Amino acid sequence: MIDALTFYNNLTLAELEVGNHFYWQIGNFQVHGQVFMTSWFVIALLVIAAIAAITNKKVQTAPSGMQNFMEYVLEFLRDLAKNQLGEKDYRPWLPFIATLFLFIFVSNWSGALVPWGLIEIPDSELAAPTNDINTTVALALLTSLAYFYAGFSKKGLGYFANYIQPIPILLPIKILEDFTKPLSLSFRLFGNILADELVVAVLVFLVPLFVPLPLMALGLFTSAIQALVFATLAGAYIHEAIEGYDEEEHE
Amino acid sequence: MDPIIASASVIAAALAVGLAAIGPGIGQGNASGQAVAGIARQPEAEGKIRGTLLLTLAFMESLTIYGLVISLVLLFANPFS
Repeated sequence: MIDALTFYNNLTLAELEVGNHFYWQIGNFQVHGQVFMTSWFVIALLVIAAIAAITNKKVQTAPSGMQNFMEYVLEFLRDLAKNQLGEKDYRPWLPFIATLFLFIFVSNWSGALVPWGLIEIPDSELAAPTNDINTTVALALLTSLAYFYAGFSKKGLGYFANYIQPIPILLPIKILEDFTKPLSLSFRLFGNILADELVVAVLVFLVPLFVPLPLMALGLFTSAIQALVFATLAGAYIHEAIEGYDEEEHE
Repeated sequence: MDPIIASASVIAAALAVGLAAIGPGIGQGNASGQAVAGIARQPEAEGKIRGTLLLTLAFMESLTIYGLVISLVLLFANPFS
């Protein structure tokens, strides 16, 4: 599939495999095995952290160390949701938005920080789960479902009034928006993460030592920002769905 | 792959990412300039301005990334090959 770049694979120092997948056959479906493995790793990491936080026996009133860190994470996520959804509505959506952020953030960073290259798998290589379009599309469609659910549960069928609310002439654009939202969400995340990894891989191919380091740091930064953007947008879309034009609050 | 399709795809990929970089480049320049002006006027608001700026830069950045996705599709998963 990548005739143009096969010369990279002759060097063991730098490998670049785009569009090659380690296929698993499940029923009639072919799935990308390498994405599953890394996703499970990320999920395991998050679940272990969550269980450790829940079962912590010695909770201190003046937190230190790990407890301090966990509280910082929780407060950060709560502020993120509160900024988008407002004081009144944020609580039921906090778990969703926080999960999106944590999963995307940890998978982005795992792609850069975990030395996946040391583990050999046939036909492909392990990388961040968000490096695969299927992961990001799944997350984006979940976001779509979430804001539809939010709108319908809050307003019932009156949610459709949103489509013609400021003026009915915008109806086609509003309908189109329902498709472009998940499209742009998924492509943004996928493209950014893939671009990061490609840039680092190409640079490692050119100059193997030291020079790629600043770009790797930049990659860490952008992937953190992308996780933030995804969670922020999810919150904004949900807010848009539950907040009608007629009852818009003045800020 | 047909050589004409291959060469057309390579040129199209280069154009896709190159042209897609123009608009966001201008936009990011504008946004950063305005942010710097804002910080110069009101240095105490720097934290807030920086946070918002980074978020908006990420949005503009994603426009170029769409072009990049198109060019990656053309190079690695060409539907016409």
